[in-house]
Amino acid sequence: MSTLNPPDPLLKIYSDTESVRSSSGIPIADRVVTDIFAYTEKLTQRVVIREEGLQSSWKDNIDKFVISRVFGYPLMLLLLGAVFWLTIAGANVPSAMIASVLFAFQDVLTHWFQLVQAPAWLHGVLVLGMYRTLAWVTAVMLPPMAIFFPLFTLLEDLGYLPRVVFNLDNMFKKANACGKQCLTMCMGFGCNAAGVVSARIIDSPRERLIAILTNNFVPCNGRFPTLIAIASIFMASTLFLSQSLLAAGMITLIVLLGIGFTFVVSWALSKTILKGEPSSVVLELPPYRLPKVGAVFYRSLIDRTIFVLRRALVVAAPAGALTWILANVYIGDVSVIASIAGVLDPIAKAIGLDGFILMAFILGLPANEIVVPVLLMSYLATGQLTEFDSLFELKKILLANGWTWLTAFNTMLFALLHWPCATTLLSMYKETGSKKWTFMGFMIPTVIAFSVCFIVAQVVYFLGLV
Amino acid sequence: MKLLSVPLSTLKPGEKSNVVHLDVLGLLRRRILDLGIVPGTVLTCIGKAPAGDPIAYLIRGTVIALRSEDACLIAVEQV
Amino acid sequence: MKLKLGDHSNALQYHSRVMREQFGIRTTGEQYVIALAGNPNVGKSTVFNALTGLHQHTGNWPGKTVDNAQGNYSYRNKSFLLVDLPGTYSLLAHSVEEEIARDFICFGQPDATIVVLDATSLERNLNLALQVMEISSKVIICVNLIDEARKKKLSINFDELEKELGVPIVPTAARNREGLADLQKAVYSMVVEKKKTWPKQIPYSEEVEQAISALLPKVEELSLARVVNPKWLALRLLDSDVSFIETISRYSAIQPLRTVASQRQGGEFTL
Repeated sequence: MSTLNPPDPLLKIYSDTESVRSSSGIPIADRVVTDIFAYTEKLTQRVVIREEGLQSSWKDNIDKFVISRVFGYPLMLLLLGAVFWLTIAGANVPSAMIASVLFAFQDVLTHWFQLVQAPAWLHGVLVLGMYRTLAWVTAVMLPPMAIFFPLFTLLEDLGYLPRVVFNLDNMFKKANACGKQCLTMCMGFGCNAAGVVSARIIDSPRERLIAILTNNFVPCNGRFPTLIAIASIFMASTLFLSQSLLAAGMITLIVLLGIGFTFVVSWALSKTILKGEPSSVVLELPPYRLPKVGAVFYRSLIDRTIFVLRRALVVAAPAGALTWILANVYIGDVSVIASIAGVLDPIAKAIGLDGFILMAFILGLPANEIVVPVLLMSYLATGQLTEFDSLFELKKILLANGWTWLTAFNTMLFALLHWPCATTLLSMYKETGSKKWTFMGFMIPTVIAFSVCFIVAQVVYFLGLV
Repeated sequence: MKLLSVPLSTLKPGEKSNVVHLDVLGLLRRRILDLGIVPGTVLTCIGKAPAGDPIAYLIRGTVIALRSEDACLIAVEQV
Repeated sequence: MKLKLGDHSNALQYHSRVMREQFGIRTTGEQYVIALAGNPNVGKSTVFNALTGLHQHTGNWPGKTVDNAQGNYSYRNKSFLLVDLPGTYSLLAHSVEEEIARDFICFGQPDATIVVLDATSLERNLNLALQVMEISSKVIICVNLIDEARKKKLSINFDELEKELGVPIVPTAARNREGLADLQKAVYSMVVEKKKTWPKQIPYSEEVEQAISALLPKVEELSLARVVNPKWLALRLLDSDVSFIETISRYSAIQPLRTVASQRQGGEFTL
């Protein structure tokens, strides 16, 4: 058995060889690599035979469009829009179907509760609170996710995403950030917590922090249903198709706005608290490969859809129960929920929302998915409408509660810009190991969300547009 | 006759060149070496991003993109 | 949890187990540890997924924010733990990913290392394979994406390649599960049947070889041969920065120390 070796002798040899490393023209590290490649070059020539008569495939020419000056950006925008449109249009019908099944089952549940003569409060907490929220979250989230994630995974497997980095890198360079940040943003469309974790691919710690702090500006899957629902409702049109096109356009605009904020905030960070020059980027553009569709669906359903849905449901159930309780416990004449909303109302009105909306966002801190269900439940509990059977009643409920286009617009803005969910904050803490940066990750979007909504609301009020 | 060397970043899409010398330092130098960019390696410019930067090169059968300020630290001579 | 070790319980076995724990690798009973290395974009994770299926566990490398995926598979009643190393172009640079891959292959003492190569760009990919072969003789080269190579009308002489490199070469198209059984068989022959390899050493230019031989006696004096290949160490002394050398020092200091400690525990150790 060898004896203990104190670290010194090795370091001593190392310092003794300093002269070899610093001497003469070509560094030895270069010689080593040059020798290796000289060998692999020769070996490859010997064992690989390139047969003649190779026909050029679509793969060789596709990059002429994907990264071209003329088509590069429009193609990206078109793909982004197409993904959103397919998601929105494709999710409409299954969402309605799931909703009608699940809400029909609510009546069955109610019937059972009546049969066993369960107390009204138990029925309220479990069925009207917990079950209804779960039903909503499933109906609204499952279909878009089951479409969005496979589409995204397809693009990923095809090899398109590195091209997106390639096309956008210059903008990130101007913001003193890393082009790979847009991969973390793509991941963020699925889930911001995952986006924050994926910032690992960025080597420079400064640029990684920028990516982590700004990831929240891409709307995650938990916020998409809110955006989609509101955009669909307030984009009035008679034709089904054109309505979903308009909604997709609206969503794309919102997303672009979020990307804009990402650039501005990244730039501002690297001019202030995260000063520094952009580091170098070495990016491989792998060949396009036709994805295995089966594997893509399997992976995106198991790894992403089910994972995110389960997380949402786990949070939604207690939150639904809690909201029902808050809405049905009265202090004097006013329910707890109404009195909290009343407290928040002045601030909320100043930024173009109302107290209930702001409260729903606050209750949605554990998971953004539950913002709309909580909002609905608190509206319904206050009694303007007592029952709603389908998602299409949503607009009626919102209008009955005094929504204007400004409320809708600012709710979308706030959903896009506000604080990250608890899971994302936790991921930020794990990745940075710093309470300070996690706090910044909370404060930056929060301040921006309040400021932007305040300005928009005040301008609209001042001009008397609503 | 030996041609004068020029920075890699001046290559136009479709042009081929031979690496003469690397001026890159530190981690990036290591990265570039490990991708097989050593003196004598043939690089072909594939294209530029829509904004003109970064630039994609074909290196030993793989496409690698570099930012122009990094690419201009690699001296090449045209083939 | 106390584990009684089976007939494999000799100092060396302990020692590799303790070392592996430094990397967050915990094996159960008699399980062989196989490292999976490769360049980015060569379908390494496809190979990993195809071999391990749903028997996966993901986490972080200890103390690092880098993904660590491990998975099990069985072959001929033997159990194998596959450790997916971060995708790297080389083992010589100083990014966290390369450090992890290098340290694990060097000091984690896997029973074998599979290096996944892209059949369509062997020239660049062989760089990593040769570097791994410099460190370890227990290397299996998996030439993946042969379906893509076929489409590109590239034909590869695998026999010639195997003869030249002296380690098992397995062509695969992991997406279609092609060649996976051969890969498992090659791993089995190496770690269970202890099939020998003669890994090709990189032919360096005279200048480099001279520098190595000048340094080699001094390195051999340190008697670290059981931990790292002296020639490889000599070369790294010549071409790396000081942090790399400090890492080597740290690990070579840990190794004998831990071996001594585990001997004292006499046949048992605590997980």
